[in-house]
Amino acid sequence: MKRSNTFLSSISKKYIMALAGMFLMLFLVFHLSTNLLMLVGDGEAFERAVEFLTLNPAVKIMEYVLFAGFLIHIALGFVLMIHNYRARPVKYHRPLRTETSPFSRFMFHTGMIILVFLVFHFLHFFFVKLGWVDMPAGVSDRHDFYSMAVILFQNPLYSALYWLSFVFLGFHLKHAFQSAFQSLGLNHTKYTPAIKVIGTIYAILISVGFAIIPFYFLFIYSP
Amino acid sequence: MNFTLKIWRQKNATSKGSFKTYSLDDVSPEMSFLEMLDYLNKMLIEQGEEPVVFEHDCREGICGSCGLYINGRPHGPMRNTTTCELHMRAFNDGGTIVIEPWRAKAFPVIKDLVVDRSSLERIMQAGGFISVNTGSAPESNSNPVGKPVSDKAFDAASCIGCGACVAACINSSAMLFAAAKIAQYALIPQGKTESKERVDQMVKQMDAEGFGFCSNTYGCEFDCPKGISIDFIALMNREFFSSKVCKQRHT
Ligand code: HEM
Ligand code: FES
Repeated sequence: MKRSNTFLSSISKKYIMALAGMFLMLFLVFHLSTNLLMLVGDGEAFERAVEFLTLNPAVKIMEYVLFAGFLIHIALGFVLMIHNYRARPVKYHRPLRTETSPFSRFMFHTGMIILVFLVFHFLHFFFVKLGWVDMPAGVSDRHDFYSMAVILFQNPLYSALYWLSFVFLGFHLKHAFQSAFQSLGLNHTKYTPAIKVIGTIYAILISVGFAIIPFYFLFIYSP
Repeated sequence: MNFTLKIWRQKNATSKGSFKTYSLDDVSPEMSFLEMLDYLNKMLIEQGEEPVVFEHDCREGICGSCGLYINGRPHGPMRNTTTCELHMRAFNDGGTIVIEPWRAKAFPVIKDLVVDRSSLERIMQAGGFISVNTGSAPESNSNPVGKPVSDKAFDAASCIGCGACVAACINSSAMLFAAAKIAQYALIPQGKTESKERVDQMVKQMDAEGFGFCSNTYGCEFDCPKGISIDFIALMNREFFSSKVCKQRHT
């Protein structure tokens, strides 16, 4: 009999993927609520929040947990993708017409777009903070994320790409939310339909929430 | 009815294989899909050509041997229908029908449209059973099972092991099959005793066979000829989790 030679079983991988994904979904709520503070006042509320977060040791620890969450989720995404590609060495001549949600079929693709976004996001903010990347002209403090955001978002091309990324993040989340519950075995005749609705609302709120910020800086904000 | 058939022909497991096109006239709309293939084979034999090899047995939707990938759908265009129960009236007259074998690493082609599904058999052997003493039949009231529970276990047990879930899955995952076979025992008292070892062993075997990993697209449920629900996959995941967390073994 053939023997499994992988360290983690398929279902264990699914559990880890789902838990990491759920953690990332919680993080998004937190990140969005901080970012929305940019819209009130002239950014003092946002700056105070950033200051609080930078000085708080618990946040420092959570930063590492967050990196771990992303790394695990992304690494497993690649592992699953490669394994699944290999599980059908000869492809169908007629592509599958079985009805499935397009959001579910393109999880890896939307994930890859988020990954590209993340690389730029790090280059524009996190690496600047660490001093790995130079500050943009006109910014004098490595922690002045507000000014960095204003400069970036007033560039229409950057804002357009930002919006596009969040459309794809929304697609990822639309499937991801209910999928994580299913993967964890949290399935129930009564609650699953509600979970699906909440997932759709969550995906829309996150995408629209983040998208409001460049909209504000492009069309409403005047320094 | 007249059809153009584009059928995968492959001499044996190691040869390369290719599509061959046949035109078939005077097909009755009342013919089942397999009868249509019988009719084609009769014609091929008369012409001195080798008939198309396909698997079949019961021809009434219970044995699970007749799976064909028809125009991009396992078991063809009708839901909750096996290939043998599919009728030619489900197709447009004059149309082209592309027939392929199941495609998955764990289902190698043996010849033409026949694949080797013994990987599913080995998953069953790994834990798809209950251990009982032989002898006289047990007292029937000693294991009371509620009607809703027995119905649900029966829903799971109605899986015929045809492999359509694997064929319909973009990841070639056998999760729906394994889940149904695990659930049919896990739900009833007779199966509870060994449920932890069962899920552990069956999932291990499923992974070893080279099936893909589920990504919850739910295509398996859509094209399962027996309408098996993906709720059973969630149940299997729960079972698996508890088998890992509470490592209590009975044997
Ligand atoms: C903030 C960003 C992200 C969040 C909140 C997120 C969240 C999730 C969640 C909750 C799932 C469902 C897990 C499951 O069903 O078990 C998922 C699936 C997936 N994610 Fe992400 N994800 C993010 C970024 C990424 C990135 C950067 C990639 C890059 C490769 C990625 C690739 C995938 C893939 C391939 C799946 C499908 C996995 C499967 O079930 O087979 N995700 N994501
Ligand atoms: S021949 Fe038995 S299920 Fe189709």
